[in-house]
Amino acid sequence: MAKNGQIEGGAVLGRVLSVLVILAGILFAAQLCLASPADHSQVPSIFDPHSGNADLLYRLSGFVLSITGLIFVVVFTLLVYVVIRFRERPTNAGREPAQVYGSNQIELAWTVIPILIVVVLFLATARVIHAIQDAPEPAEALEVTAIGHQFWWEYRFPALGVVTANELHIPVSDRAHPRPTFLKLLSADTDHSFWVPQLGGKTDLIPNHINRIWFSPQETGLFLGQCAQYCGTQHAKMLLRVSVESEEDFDAWIQAQKEPAIQDEKESAGRRVFETTACLNCHAVGGTNGTGRFGPDLTHLMSRQTIAAGAAENTPANLRLWIQNPDAIKFGSLMPAMKLSDADLDALVRYLETLK
Amino acid sequence: MSSDAMAIRTAEAAGRPWVEILHEWVTTVDHKRLGVLYIVYALVFLVIGGIEAVIIRIQLIRPLNDFVSPQVFNRMFTMHGTTMIFFVAMPVLFGFANYLVPLMVGARDMAFPRLNAFSFWLSAFGGFLLYFSFVGGSGLYGAGNAPDVGWWAYAPLTSRAFSPGHSTDYWTIALLVSGFGSIGTAINLITTILCMRCPGMTLGRMPLLAWLNLVMSGMVLIALTPLSAAQIMLLADRYLGSHFFDTQAGGSATLWMHFFWIFGHPEVYILILPCFAFMSEIIPVFSRKPIFGYPVMVGASVCIGFVSMSVWAHHMFSIGMTSYANAFFTITTLSVGVPTGIKIFNWLGTMWGGRIQFKTPMLFSIAFLFQFLIAGLTGIMLGSAAFNWQLTGSYFVVAHFHYVIVGGILFALFGAFYYWYPKITGKMLSETLGKIHFWLFFIGFHMTFDLMHIPGLLGMPRRIYTYEPGRGWDTWNLLVTIGALIQSIATLVFVANLIISYFKGRDAGNDPWDAWTLEWSVSSPPPEYNFATIPTVASRRPLWDIKHPEDPDSRYE
Ligand code: HEC
Ligand SMILES: [Cu+2]
Ligand SMILES: [Cu+2]
Repeated sequence: MAKNGQIEGGAVLGRVLSVLVILAGILFAAQLCLASPADHSQVPSIFDPHSGNADLLYRLSGFVLSITGLIFVVVFTLLVYVVIRFRERPTNAGREPAQVYGSNQIELAWTVIPILIVVVLFLATARVIHAIQDAPEPAEALEVTAIGHQFWWEYRFPALGVVTANELHIPVSDRAHPRPTFLKLLSADTDHSFWVPQLGGKTDLIPNHINRIWFSPQETGLFLGQCAQYCGTQHAKMLLRVSVESEEDFDAWIQAQKEPAIQDEKESAGRRVFETTACLNCHAVGGTNGTGRFGPDLTHLMSRQTIAAGAAENTPANLRLWIQNPDAIKFGSLMPAMKLSDADLDALVRYLETLK
Repeated sequence: MSSDAMAIRTAEAAGRPWVEILHEWVTTVDHKRLGVLYIVYALVFLVIGGIEAVIIRIQLIRPLNDFVSPQVFNRMFTMHGTTMIFFVAMPVLFGFANYLVPLMVGARDMAFPRLNAFSFWLSAFGGFLLYFSFVGGSGLYGAGNAPDVGWWAYAPLTSRAFSPGHSTDYWTIALLVSGFGSIGTAINLITTILCMRCPGMTLGRMPLLAWLNLVMSGMVLIALTPLSAAQIMLLADRYLGSHFFDTQAGGSATLWMHFFWIFGHPEVYILILPCFAFMSEIIPVFSRKPIFGYPVMVGASVCIGFVSMSVWAHHMFSIGMTSYANAFFTITTLSVGVPTGIKIFNWLGTMWGGRIQFKTPMLFSIAFLFQFLIAGLTGIMLGSAAFNWQLTGSYFVVAHFHYVIVGGILFALFGAFYYWYPKITGKMLSETLGKIHFWLFFIGFHMTFDLMHIPGLLGMPRRIYTYEPGRGWDTWNLLVTIGALIQSIATLVFVANLIISYFKGRDAGNDPWDAWTLEWSVSSPPPEYNFATIPTVASRRPLWDIKHPEDPDSRYE
C-alpha cells in the first residue's frame, strides 16, 4: 500500500512540475501579446520599449532570459528524470543502492560550465551599462531637472525658463533629428525613483545625491509610470506621465508655458482668495505674489490633464474637491484642507480654471 | 528509564503545578528546550506575519480597493517584512541549529548554555518591542502606531522630520536587541562546532548541517555588526543631534543603504545556508545514498559565504552608482551562481542512482530544488545591473525574493519539521495531513509567486497600497491573492498536524527514517544530556557504519 503511494507520488510530482512549467510559459506568452503596442500608454510593460535606451535593456533582457531559460530547461529535465527514474519501486525496495561518494570529473564540469556562462552574461551586461551610463551628452540634448517631492514631481527646464509639475513633456528623438532628453534627478525630501518602463529603467532621486538619466524616445505618445521607491504614505499615488511630442508640438508647449499666468479680471474674486490665503505660501502663479515652492507650480494648471500627480483627472469638480479636502483624493498628501467657504471655493475654482 | 523521557515528562507534568513547569522552561539552559522555545516563538510570529501578508493581499485584490487605509497598508508591509526576517526566519533556523548541532556533533550541550538562554531571551524581547509599537508608537498618548518605513527603512524617511513619534524607534531598538541575541547565538554555534565535536569527528567528517551552520554563524558575526552599528547611528541622529543620515543637514542617504545591505544581502545567505543544511541531510537519507561530493559541498558553502559578502550593492543598482561599481557588483553577484549551481547539481547527483522515497520531508525537498532553481535564475536576471534597472523595486523582485524565502527557505523548513519532529517530540507527524499540506501549499505557492512576477514586468512597483485599473495588473493581482489564501489554509493544516500529532501521533522510535547521523542514535526525544557515553565516530555516517559492518563508510574516507 504505502509503497504504491510512494511510486505514484514520484510520477505525479514529475508530471505536475512539467505541467506547471508549460502553464507558466503559456501565461507568459499570453502576457507578451497583451502588452502589444496597441495600447502602450495603458500597460507600462518593460517588454514594450519605445526609446533607444529602453530598447537596449529590452534586448539585453531577451538575451538573459534565453540563457536562463536554457539553464532551466536542462536542470529541470534532469530533476524530473531523476525523480521518475530513481524512485523507489517494488523491484528495488529494501535493497540499498550503490553508495557513490562523488566524482571529480563531473563536479569539475559543472563548475567550469557555469563560470563560462557567468562570463558571457557579465560581458553582455557590461556593454549595456556602458552604453547607457557613459553616454556623452550631445549639444542638442534637452536638459530637464526633475525634483521628487513627497508625493509629486517638479520639472524645471533651466535653459528654457519653464517650471511645471507632474506632467513631463519632451520632444521625440528620431534618427533624423536626434534630441535626447537628459534628466538631472534631485529630491526635496525622501528617496523617490523615476520609472517609466517603456522609456527606460528606473533611477532613484536621492537628497544630496545628484543622478542623471537620459531618454531617446522614438515615438510620440503618452507614457505612464510611477514612483518606484517607497517615499511615504502616498507613494502609491505618485504617478508619472511623460508626453512625448513632435518637435512642433513640444516647442508650442514650451512657448505657452513661458507665458505668465492669464489675468482674467472677471475672476478677480477668486484670485483674491488665492492671494489672501495660505495658497500662495505653497504655490506659485506667475504674475501674482504667489511664489511658494512647497507645492506644484499652478501658473498653467489647466494645461495639465491630471492633478495631484495623476491621482485624479483635472476637472472643475475634482479641483473643487481637492481644495476642499485633498484627503478625499489622496489621503495623506501634504496639501492641507483649506476650509474655505462655499462661495470662496467656487470663486477660487473659477479662477484656477483660467490658468490655461 | 530515560529512554522514554517524553512519557516521564508528561507523567511528571500531570502531578506538578503549571507555574513550576513554566518556571522550568523560562529558566532552562538546555539546548533542546531553547531550540524548541525558538521554534515555537517563530511559529507564533509566522502566524502573525502571515496575517499581515493576507491583509496586504486582500487590499491589492482589485484596483482602488479600500480594505485598509494607506497608513495601515504601509505598516503592514513594514511589519510583515521585519517580522518574517527577524522574528520568524532567524529564530526558527537558530532553533533548529540549537537543537540539532550538539546532537549531531556528539556533544552534551552548546558550548555556552547560559549565553544561549540569554540570546534567546534577547531575541524574544526584540519581537515583543517591535509589536509593542502598536500600542506605544506615538508615545504615551494616542492609539499608537507601528513603524511604516519599510523593512529596510531607507534614510531620510526615518529621520524625525519624516517619521515623528516613536514607531521608528521601536523598529530600531527591536532590531538592535535581537541583533545582539543573534550575535550571541552565532558565537555559541561556532564554539560548539569547533570545540565540542566528539572523538573521531574531524572537520572532514562533520555532518554538512554542522558545516553550513558554521559558515552561517561566521556570516552572522560579520553581517549583523554593521546593522547594529547603523541602528545606533540612526538613534544618535534621532536623539543626539548627529547627522549621519540626516540629508537636511548634509548627511548621506546612501550611507544607510550601504550599511543596511551589507547586512541585508548576507542575511539572505544566513537564512538559506541552514536550509541547504536541511537539504543536505534529508535528500541523502530519502535517496538512500551518501551526499554526492562532500568536500565540494563544503568548499562551495565556504565560497558562498565569502562571495556573498561582496555583492550587497546589487540591491542598489538604481541609486546611480558609477558604471564601474555597477559592473563590479554584477560580476560578483553572478559568480555566486557558480557555487550555488554546484550545490544543486550535487543534490541531483545524490539522488541519481538512488532509491527515492517520497515521504513528506522528501516532497518538500524536491519542491525546494525546483523552486530554488527558478529563484536562482530570476536572481541572475536581477544580478545583471542593466536588466535590474527594469526589475528592481517592482513586483518582479518581490516575487523573486519570496521564491527564495518561501519557495526555498520555507519549503526546506517544512521538510525539516517533518524530518526532525519525530526526534523532538517522539511522535511521527501524520503523513496524510503532511501530503495535504504539501500539495495545498505547493499549489498556493505557485499560484501566488509564479504569477506575481508578471505585474512586475508590466511596471507595477512594490509597496503601493493601491493601483489604477487598466494597467494590465488586475487579473494577476486577483489570482495572486487567491493563491495567498490557499497558502494560509495549507499553513493551518500544518499547524493542525503539529498539534494533533503531538497527542495522537504514532510513536517514532529512535530512528524512524533509517538515517545515519548521531541524533538518530539516541531516544526520541533525546535524554537530558543527549549521550550517556560520548560516541566515537569513524566516518561521516556513523550509523551507517553500525548498520552495515560489512561495508562501512570508514573504509573509503
Ligand atoms: C502647506 C502647503 C500648501 C497649501 C497651503 C496649499 N497647497 Fe495646494 N498643494 C500642496 C502640495 C504639497 C500639493 C501636491 C500634493 C500631491 O500631489 O501630493 C498641492 C497640490 C495642489 C493642486 C494640484 C496641482 C497639480 O497640478 O497636481 C492644486 C490645484 C492646489 N494644490 C491648489 C491649492 C490652493 C487653491 C490652495 C489654497 C486654497 C492650496 N493649494 C494650498 C501644498 C499646499
Ligand atoms: Cu515613492
Ligand atoms: Cu542580495
